[in-house]
Amino acid sequence: MEFLSDIASLINSTLRISTPLVFAAMAGIFAERSGVIDFSLEGKMLMAAFVAAVGSYYLGNPWLGLLLAIIVCVCLSMLHGFASVTHKGDQVVSCVAINILIIGLTTALAAAWFGQAGLTPTLNEDQRFLEIHLPFSDALRDIPVIGTLYSDILSGHYVFVYLAYLSVPLVFWIVFKTSFGLRLRAVGENPSAVDTAGINVFTMRYKALAINGVLIAFAGAHLSTAVNANFFREMSAGRGYLALAAMIFGKWHPKTALIACLLFGFTDALQIRLQGVELPAIGEIPVQLIQALPYILTVVLLAGFVGKAIAPNAIGQPYIKER
Amino acid sequence: MSNIVVDKSKVPWWVSNVIVPLVNLTLALLVSGLFVFIAGENPIEAVKLIIYGSFGYIQGFAYTLYYTTNFIFTGLAFAVAFHCRLFNIGGEGQAYIGGLGVFLVAINLSFLPVPIVWLLAIFGAFLFGAAWAYIPAYLQSKRGSHVVITTIMFNFIASSLMIFLLVDVIRDTNQMAPHTVKLPEEIWLPSFEAFSGILGIKIRYSPLNLTFLLAIASLFFVWFLVWKTKWGYEMRAVGHNTQAAIYAGISPHKNIIIAMCISGGLAGLLGVNEILGVSHKIQAGFPAGYGFTGIAVALMGRNHPIGILPAAFLFGILYQGGSEVTFEMPNITRYMFVAVQGLIILFSGALENLFRPQIESFFVRRLNREVNA
Repeated sequence: MEFLSDIASLINSTLRISTPLVFAAMAGIFAERSGVIDFSLEGKMLMAAFVAAVGSYYLGNPWLGLLLAIIVCVCLSMLHGFASVTHKGDQVVSCVAINILIIGLTTALAAAWFGQAGLTPTLNEDQRFLEIHLPFSDALRDIPVIGTLYSDILSGHYVFVYLAYLSVPLVFWIVFKTSFGLRLRAVGENPSAVDTAGINVFTMRYKALAINGVLIAFAGAHLSTAVNANFFREMSAGRGYLALAAMIFGKWHPKTALIACLLFGFTDALQIRLQGVELPAIGEIPVQLIQALPYILTVVLLAGFVGKAIAPNAIGQPYIKER
Repeated sequence: MSNIVVDKSKVPWWVSNVIVPLVNLTLALLVSGLFVFIAGENPIEAVKLIIYGSFGYIQGFAYTLYYTTNFIFTGLAFAVAFHCRLFNIGGEGQAYIGGLGVFLVAINLSFLPVPIVWLLAIFGAFLFGAAWAYIPAYLQSKRGSHVVITTIMFNFIASSLMIFLLVDVIRDTNQMAPHTVKLPEEIWLPSFEAFSGILGIKIRYSPLNLTFLLAIASLFFVWFLVWKTKWGYEMRAVGHNTQAAIYAGISPHKNIIIAMCISGGLAGLLGVNEILGVSHKIQAGFPAGYGFTGIAVALMGRNHPIGILPAAFLFGILYQGGSEVTFEMPNITRYMFVAVQGLIILFSGALENLFRPQIESFFVRRLNREVNA
């Protein structure tokens, strides 16, 4: 039975750890399907974490913190659009600028407002999201299998975990089943054809980036107002890049991207459990190697050992309207 | 959206290469001032402190040049790869591993005559940095893995690897902190105060050392390599138009690998300054963000050695003057200057065309009027 509960807790933490990756990958799908590279997921996630924590601390309500984070992230997406869609600047440079700007700005402002350590104040129970216990989860816990599945795996997560997994079918539906989604994909594949059909390429890309901003804000808020009760320096720790790698590995599809996110989440969950554990025949693995596992996995997955990823055709190219 | 059409051939070089970058830099610094104000300090006072800290006394100026040395290396590193249209964001990790190269060569070969140890250590730094850039380059070229993600991942992996080595393998076992033993004093690179001592000027300690000259030499090396050799031409051709380059019989694979390896090697040279010149041992996290700053330096310097030198100097001023600011102003931490870097990359990289058409057409019209008058 101990084995079973080990597995259950591993699955439970996989779901939780994958949550910000799922939001970020879905955000990435919108930007990249429209033809705009978005490496700035990392920076936007960090900014959302900062704004959500600060907003929630001053306003006393985590939902208001989330709202502020959404507003700020949409603004950052618009900045990316302004540089790379309107002014046809280099999309990667724009993302790198946003990421470095935000690493600096969040820590600098946290230090200026709350003291030199660059942390925001710890949020109390009213100011952060709490775990949701589904109905009857305590009563059903002792039933074998179903109890474990329901009470230990499905129940007891933060609201963001449920939202993240609900967002996947929603994104699938928007991107592949609506006329908006069709236009979105067309703008990323062949913008001049879309332009000929009378649809404004720039407006489409801005809309995609706006949705991108909303989704990535959830990832950041999850980090600073749910799993942690404050913001700390560089707390996104490369998750934006991991999500992007998951999205590429998932071939810009929500479903396969989700699977890749879960794989990353699982590696990370395993990584935490493996620390200090003696493995048979190998002995104790150095903790630094274990911590580097998700990053090594990213490199391996991106090397495409499971098939070649084909990006949207017009990705990275600014659209220049003919005169 | 601007609909101004400018005939590029009529724009004088100094407008597009001096005036426009200066306008972009000014915009970045104005927004930075706003951030300083939001953090609750006076931006004008901050500027005064920066100028005093970096120029006001000889020791401060030596520190400015020491930072400039690091930024020349990382700026050149980014620029070389960028000419092949590769975004090497991994300067940080390559510098870290380059430091390992310097240390291993220097500690194991310290019995050799001193100048030879230096040369071999420089070579070791270059080689280790290049090797760390080789894998992302290979994956980009053969597997199409985007070099931005892989180099970022290699930064994380380099950091884990180095901490592992520093804790478990090459740690100075007499110390608790994760760093190595010091290199023997005979092979340290001569410092600035040693030189000024010969000239009869007595100054207090500064980290400026002989590596500064290596950085200047690297500027010439990159200029010659990229603009004066066949290989440099091929590399720029691949960056500019891969299809055309293939048609001309140029191998993109070979050029991607060479560009990234030279880029990584240049980043690795940072280890020469930090380890052979300043701390004489490997400390955890010694690249301290210099690799990322190199991106801003290169973009501000328009990826040309002539531009990178003043850009690296400007960042030297910002770093050294910035530490004066963080000392005097409790609300400003060094992270504020990371944000400033981000703004400089934004305005001189991504938004470089923001006012370019207006500025260029303004000058073209003025010059036309002078010709006609």
